[in-house]
Amino acid sequence: MATFIGIDYQTWWFLLIGAVFTGYIILDGFDLGAGALHLFFNKEESRRIALNAIGPVWDGNEVWIVIGGGALFAGFPEVYATMLSAFYIPFMLFLVAIIFRAISIEFRSKEPMAWWRKMWDVSYSISSALIAFLLGIILGNVTQGINMGADHVFRGSFTEFLNPYALLTGVTTLALLMMHGSIYLVMKTENRMYTKLTMMVRNTTIFFVIMILLTSFYTLLYLPHMAAVIRRYPELFFVPVLMVLAIANITRQITKRKYMFAFISSAVTISLLMVLVAMELYPNMLLSKQSAAYHLTVYNAASSQKTLGIMLTVAAIGVPLVAGYTTFVFMTFKGKVELDEMSY
Amino acid sequence: MNVEILARIQFAFTIAFHYIYPPLSIGLGLIMTIMEGLYLKTGRKLYEQMARFYVRIFALIFGIGVATGIVMEFEFGTNWAVYSKYVGDVFGSALAAEGIFAFALESGFLGILLFGWNKVRPGVHFFSTVMVTLGSMFSAVWIVVANSWQQTPAGYHIVGTGLNARAEITDFWAMVFNPSSVSRLTHVWIGSFLAGAFLVLSISAFYLLRNRHTHFARISFKIALAVATFFSLAQLAVGHSSAEVVAEYQPAKLAALEGHYDGTKAADMYLFGYVDQKNNQTKGIAIPGGLSFLTKGDFKTPVTGLNNFKPEDRPGAVNFVFQTYHLMVAIGMFLIALTLYASFLWWRGTLFEKRWLLYIFSFSVLLPQIANQVGWYSAEVGRQPWVVYGLLRTSKALSQAVSAEQILFSLILFTVVYVILFILFIYLLNKKIKHGPYDNHNIDHSPRHIEMADSL
Repeated sequence: MATFIGIDYQTWWFLLIGAVFTGYIILDGFDLGAGALHLFFNKEESRRIALNAIGPVWDGNEVWIVIGGGALFAGFPEVYATMLSAFYIPFMLFLVAIIFRAISIEFRSKEPMAWWRKMWDVSYSISSALIAFLLGIILGNVTQGINMGADHVFRGSFTEFLNPYALLTGVTTLALLMMHGSIYLVMKTENRMYTKLTMMVRNTTIFFVIMILLTSFYTLLYLPHMAAVIRRYPELFFVPVLMVLAIANITRQITKRKYMFAFISSAVTISLLMVLVAMELYPNMLLSKQSAAYHLTVYNAASSQKTLGIMLTVAAIGVPLVAGYTTFVFMTFKGKVELDEMSY
Repeated sequence: MNVEILARIQFAFTIAFHYIYPPLSIGLGLIMTIMEGLYLKTGRKLYEQMARFYVRIFALIFGIGVATGIVMEFEFGTNWAVYSKYVGDVFGSALAAEGIFAFALESGFLGILLFGWNKVRPGVHFFSTVMVTLGSMFSAVWIVVANSWQQTPAGYHIVGTGLNARAEITDFWAMVFNPSSVSRLTHVWIGSFLAGAFLVLSISAFYLLRNRHTHFARISFKIALAVATFFSLAQLAVGHSSAEVVAEYQPAKLAALEGHYDGTKAADMYLFGYVDQKNNQTKGIAIPGGLSFLTKGDFKTPVTGLNNFKPEDRPGAVNFVFQTYHLMVAIGMFLIALTLYASFLWWRGTLFEKRWLLYIFSFSVLLPQIANQVGWYSAEVGRQPWVVYGLLRTSKALSQAVSAEQILFSLILFTVVYVILFILFIYLLNKKIKHGPYDNHNIDHSPRHIEMADSL
């Protein structure tokens, strides 16, 4: 089996795809969160500012899920095929929400009528919240496992995805991204809108802390397999410790009004959550509820060594390029939002 | 209806709708690059106005293209799970390369293209325009490579059997440069340039007919006409080479394109006609032996016909393939005639004097759009019954976990959403066009956000 720095290609791709999806949740996460909060802004001007705060970057952020989807298709076709066909209805709703969100941002500013703008505000906010919620639903079901047999074909009804745990992870994800989004917005605004957002940051953070506590308890009580690795290797306990510290640091930085650091802490929280999930799943990628023998793992679901090797080359060239110009774009639009004739 | 038909209709509908937008983005990207390049070179305000105007149109098109495109990436897995497992090793890497090299590039720089006019220097803005255009062109590269591999597979071997069989890459570059990649990619690019150029021609012709922004419209028209003339002619050569690849590697598809059944005879080339699938014959006006001449070099040599294939190995809808293909060719020929005639008038200095010609041009945006659509219909329906030519049948490629009801649900959902989306798109496009190029004397200086925040 081919390795790179002592780690086999399959594991590299597990890590890389995990990193891409983490990047997606951090980046698109703040604009989804901003969208979910959108209707809490009452004035037309503040809605425009909130929209233009994410205006130049949301499209670039969304690309990360495209890259992640493509990488999953290429690296682990079995997982890609099984997951998407199993989660058919949730993914279709997800895709429709992506479309509504994009066109709401695009169309809203094109007409001055109040009803027109209100309509797109509502559709923008609901679709943003729905995307966040569905991401959580999918995560909740991936951690529980799905109903599939030896042929890796899902045999069940989509209603079983709406179980209590998945609903909990759905709301938790929404809370997480609302917090993340409000911290982003507070960095991009001034004066009274800033003041209003500082309150929102506080409320969404409380909301998230409650939800993550509930989810953690539920996981420990009812999904023991999601803590098995840490039980076996107690030295890994530092990961949840770090996560708690990161969450604590969000509240600390918020009280000190250092929102940049709060934002970094919330990004770190997202990363550590993903690390926890990945750590407990590995080497599995999609669990079968029927038998551990039917799990899709990084080994039985991966593409050939040759393809994984080619893709590593592609990633080695592509990722630094993307990181470079993404940074450039973010630097160009850094600082507080200013509306001009090109704005949404 | 069974799962296969529904899955095909659902996929075909969503991808056909998506394909309205990317060719316009690619084509308009090229024109924007030319306009902004002229602005940088000459410093003339007019070119800047042009670039800014078409960037606003581009934004509308691009946004819908991205949103409807994300759908496509995931529908391989939702509708065609067996196919996804089969081709993942080959197709997936092309798709992943597309994501990282193309989408990231265009979406990253889009922010600067749209909102960066006052934030970066003109040179940096021009660079962003070029990057967005290149990004959109790259995005065509990888998806066309992947699709071409489905038409003419190369650089792979098959591992496993039955539902566990899959294609694995043996030679990456042989996969990328499979026999049809280059000609089909060029064909798609040129089709896109034409889509963009004719959008600009239509808008400009509309202004000229209404006597509005005439100076602006004349210059834009000439830029777009130069692009359109060049690429209409180029498309003839490229389209021909694309057909030669089909003749060599996909004989059943070629036979369907020309409705040619009897493999012991020379093949005719129809100008128009009708395929009678029941009686295995084609009626219409044809150049006798024309297809033989184009593919084999003389009018007498027999060409493989549909009768050489078992009924289950032939495309199901021969007449549909025939008609869509012929419509594409007819439009291509018409575009050549139209652009050559207009260029001739330009050379004579009487380009804008014929109103009937401007009328034709004002509607001409539809022509490359229709040609792009029907061209793909004939390519994809002509590939049937295979999803990967000669290797995997479409009927065997379905998701086993998905029921007909679920697909019907998503089909209805997307139909409703896309109909609304299309109506809004046309409405807003029309509005932007009617509003006209930005006039710098009437800048609506939006209040700065400090004042706004104070009014909360």
